[in-house]
Amino acid sequence: MNYLYLVKRTAIALLSIFIVVSVVFGVTTLLPGSAANIVLGTEATDAAIEQVNEDLGLDRPLPVQYVDFVGGVVTGDFGNSLISGQPVMEMVWPRLLRTLQLAAVAMLISVVAAIPLGIVAAAKRDTMVDHLVTSGSYVGLSIPSFVSATLLLLFLTTPPLDLFPKGGFVPLSDGVVPWLHHLLLPAIAMNTIILAYVLRQTRSSMVETLESDYIRTARLKGVAERNVLFKHGLRNGLLPTVTVLALNFGWMMGSVVIIEQIFAFPGIGELIVQAIDNRDLPVIQAGILVPTIAFIMANFAADIVYTLLDPRISLGDE
Amino acid sequence: MSMETSTRRSDQETLLSVDSLDVKFEVADGNIHALRDVSLAVEKGETVGLAGESGSGKSTLALAIVQYLDANGWVDDGSITFEGEDLLSASKRELRSIRGNRIAHVAQNPSSSLNPSMTIGAQIRETIDLHQDIESDEEGTRRVHDVLEQVNLPNPAGIADRYPHELSGGQQQRALLAIGLSCNPDLLILDEPTTGLDVTTQAKFLDLVEDLKAEYDAGILLITHNLGVISEIADRVNILYAGEMLEKGPVEEVFTSPANPYTQALLATTPEIAKDKEVKPIPGRIPELDAIPNGCIFADRCEFATEECRTDDIEMASVDGERDHESRCLHWRDVVDNPIDVPAKQASDRTPGEPILSINHLQKYYDEGGFIKNLIGDHDPVKAVNDVSFDIHEGEAVGLVGESGCGKSTLGRTLLKLHTVTSGSIEYDGTDIDSLSKQELNEFRSSCQIIFQDPEASLNPNRTVRQILERPLKLFTDRAADERRTRAEELLNQVNLGSDVVDKKPHELSGGQQQRVAIARAFAADPSLIVLDEPVSSLDVSVQASILNLLEDLCEEYGTSYLLISHDLSVIEAICDRVAVMYLGEIIETGSTDQIFDPPYHPYTRALLSSIPTLDPYEEKSRIRLDGDVPDARNPPSGCSFNTRCPQKIGEVCETDDPDLEDGGGGHCIGCHLSEEEMSESLDATFDQG
Ligand SMILES: Nc1ncnc2c1ncn2[C@@H]1O[C@H](COP(=O)(O)OP(=O)(O)OP(=O)(O)O)[C@@H](O)[C@H]1O
Ligand code: SF4
Ligand code: SF4
Ligand SMILES: [Mg+2]
Repeated sequence: MNYLYLVKRTAIALLSIFIVVSVVFGVTTLLPGSAANIVLGTEATDAAIEQVNEDLGLDRPLPVQYVDFVGGVVTGDFGNSLISGQPVMEMVWPRLLRTLQLAAVAMLISVVAAIPLGIVAAAKRDTMVDHLVTSGSYVGLSIPSFVSATLLLLFLTTPPLDLFPKGGFVPLSDGVVPWLHHLLLPAIAMNTIILAYVLRQTRSSMVETLESDYIRTARLKGVAERNVLFKHGLRNGLLPTVTVLALNFGWMMGSVVIIEQIFAFPGIGELIVQAIDNRDLPVIQAGILVPTIAFIMANFAADIVYTLLDPRISLGDE
Repeated sequence: MSMETSTRRSDQETLLSVDSLDVKFEVADGNIHALRDVSLAVEKGETVGLAGESGSGKSTLALAIVQYLDANGWVDDGSITFEGEDLLSASKRELRSIRGNRIAHVAQNPSSSLNPSMTIGAQIRETIDLHQDIESDEEGTRRVHDVLEQVNLPNPAGIADRYPHELSGGQQQRALLAIGLSCNPDLLILDEPTTGLDVTTQAKFLDLVEDLKAEYDAGILLITHNLGVISEIADRVNILYAGEMLEKGPVEEVFTSPANPYTQALLATTPEIAKDKEVKPIPGRIPELDAIPNGCIFADRCEFATEECRTDDIEMASVDGERDHESRCLHWRDVVDNPIDVPAKQASDRTPGEPILSINHLQKYYDEGGFIKNLIGDHDPVKAVNDVSFDIHEGEAVGLVGESGCGKSTLGRTLLKLHTVTSGSIEYDGTDIDSLSKQELNEFRSSCQIIFQDPEASLNPNRTVRQILERPLKLFTDRAADERRTRAEELLNQVNLGSDVVDKKPHELSGGQQQRVAIARAFAADPSLIVLDEPVSSLDVSVQASILNLLEDLCEEYGTSYLLISHDLSVIEAICDRVAVMYLGEIIETGSTDQIFDPPYHPYTRALLSSIPTLDPYEEKSRIRLDGDVPDARNPPSGCSFNTRCPQKIGEVCETDDPDLEDGGGGHCIGCHLSEEEMSESLDATFDQG
């Protein structure tokens, strides 16, 4: 049964990827302005344009181009940049990796800050602690990421509190501290809403769990409160949070473009903005597709983790 | 049920004593005084029943004993003493060492009371680790297996590794009991342990509790609204109503000469097999407890009420001092001498007409597997209904009975075309329903209605009662708008609902009211057949009685045919003219109600009948207990499908030859190889274990 679910879930992931690939192909080929013009400028001769079209394979019929494109996606080959002539994947990869580091740090912040806070709020329900945490999360929810980014920049990177660099990126190989030093602010800025959201989600599902009949069973067995929370509560109460975290990954990717601009972070968001400015089609395609596919895979992974955590799901199909 | 209770009591020690307990809950607009002056005692080795309608405070009392009231509740007054210790002043640490160890609370709803992400074994082991010294891991595992074996779960090692959702309802109930028993508690509190189980599983559970009592000498507090269950296994009984104890005493006395009108009324609501009595609902409803009126709390619903009842303070009066039989009633002497009338059963004057629905060799398989599945392996479908044939006649009520999972609901739904048919035919009014045109199918749908077990789930939550009732009138009749309106009110009137409910939505109604609305809706289309799938099993006793009476009245008034699906033969007996007994997708016995309840019996029917607890505490019945659960419907046994559990199995012939349904005379058909004498003779000698 478990096996069948896996097959089904994989099929859904593959289908989503296929649809996204097709949509991106459709939208970018139908975009006004020909690629040749972008390469050669508007003054180019017809012969030169034809030559470029032939080089890029744009003279072929659309279905052939499409098959070629899909083949490229599968092999990870998106062609060369129209502007720099560099292979697109060589441009996208390093930047995607940087952005993923940013996202990972942001995620980590959610996990280490939001989840424990949510659990504490649920365990100490209706006390001062709970009210504080809950109202804090309301504030967090209502601050859009560009506002929190601007505020963080304003207060933490300028005197008197000149604690963080204004932007940029230092690779991990240069040391964990400078690396984290550069990543922390954009990660927090990107994360405020999600942090608040994860916190509230954790709190509410923990509250619901702690009110359930089986928690009463545990208490009436004589289980100490700490074990009621950790042994009986957490595993059931955190299940929904796993899914929420994965979904939030998509959210974060959405705010990446803005955050990277504000913090001058050389990630994929910045690359896409540049590529759109230059109408550099292959880069745009790869810039959109690679993170999207990564997102679909993340969701897929979350569902699998969920299945492993929740014994009921193994019977969930049929 | 032991007769020597009274003599035994004196030399027994009191295990638990609750004295003059008051419990209150704080709610938005004031306080609810949920328990008032409640006293109760449990002695060592004694089973004490606690009964009363839903909302009377049974679970609150149980939770107060283990000091686990909801956060908005508190004990306002009184005391709770357990083995000499004052539980009300126990510290958290002391409570932890008592709970699960010396007092085990086995909650209502086993499915939600077990942790879904821990195996059964781990959940039992946890209690053992908490409260007992175990030397090694193996010893712990062995104890888990022992206790699983004690509660009669087959293959303890296998069950221990399973998660709750992998067990059936009855198995979950036993697993929860195993957690409770794992530390040999002195006091076992069972809250509605058998509600939701079918009669056979319930009977086995009750046997189990009796055995355990004998083994452990523990005290048991058994909470249930099912008086038959109490009569079967309790020594003493307490009757709680709206937060007050109205009567208490030895089961034999309270059940044979009840000294409180409420106890009498409760007994009268319970259907009983072969007792020739009608069920009698209690008029009115249990009061809200935000304001407690002066005088007797039961006065508004009491046949004996007088002026003084509404003004005087009424104390517990001793009915029989020696046996601790007490009643809280001003007129208890009069009540004992002139108990309330229970109307005798009236022979129904229905005369069944022509068959309106005939089903022939009907089969319904689930999960037949796709092309691939069948290609890869030999995939067996779930044979939920397997070659069933019968007729339903005009104006006739047919009962369909069987254990959970035997295919009753599937059959009921399939014959209304709510499921596709795997093979066989269904004829309505002489026409095969597969050949009906769209228009005719619509007519079929309007003349055959269905009522489900859970009324709330079947009523649209966003519509008012009026809209719910007018919809079928609009769909299936050609009444004008104002006629629909009057008809809707008329229908409500017929199901005894006031016009105050017409603008309410389902969630604003009680369960009984919802079921009445569902019934009114079914009758709105002037149906000729209604399928009722467990229509009363989610309802409280008194409500159940009034719905049964209502259904019977409507059947006579409209001449509608019923197919009543239930696992409880006493419910079926209350209404039905004819009964079909189903086992593993097949009908194994049919006949008129009288024929079914008298010998000869199919061995399965006999087992079902003997599983029903009776109200008479003196009755010594032969109890037949079926081993194990219903076999997998994917792989039914060969030959007679009942042969794996049949107590009268003859031998090989039962495993090889599938017996036909044979008419033994007068339309009483039984599918069994036994001779008529063998199916009639008393089995007491061989099977009486009681
Ligand atoms: N949708 C389904 N898919 C597969 N099997 C099913 C499905 N619905 C029911 N079954 C199986 O069909 C058999 C009969 O089910 P059905 O619900 O009709 O029994 P029932 O006698 O009405 O039980 P209960 O008294 O619990 O309602 C059972 O073995 C059940 O597990
Ligand atoms: S005290 Fe009066 S109202 Fe109450 S139960 Fe007795 S007779 Fe009925
Ligand atoms: S045929 Fe055999 S197994 Fe089946 S019910 Fe009769 S005696 Fe029992
Ligand atoms: Mg059913």
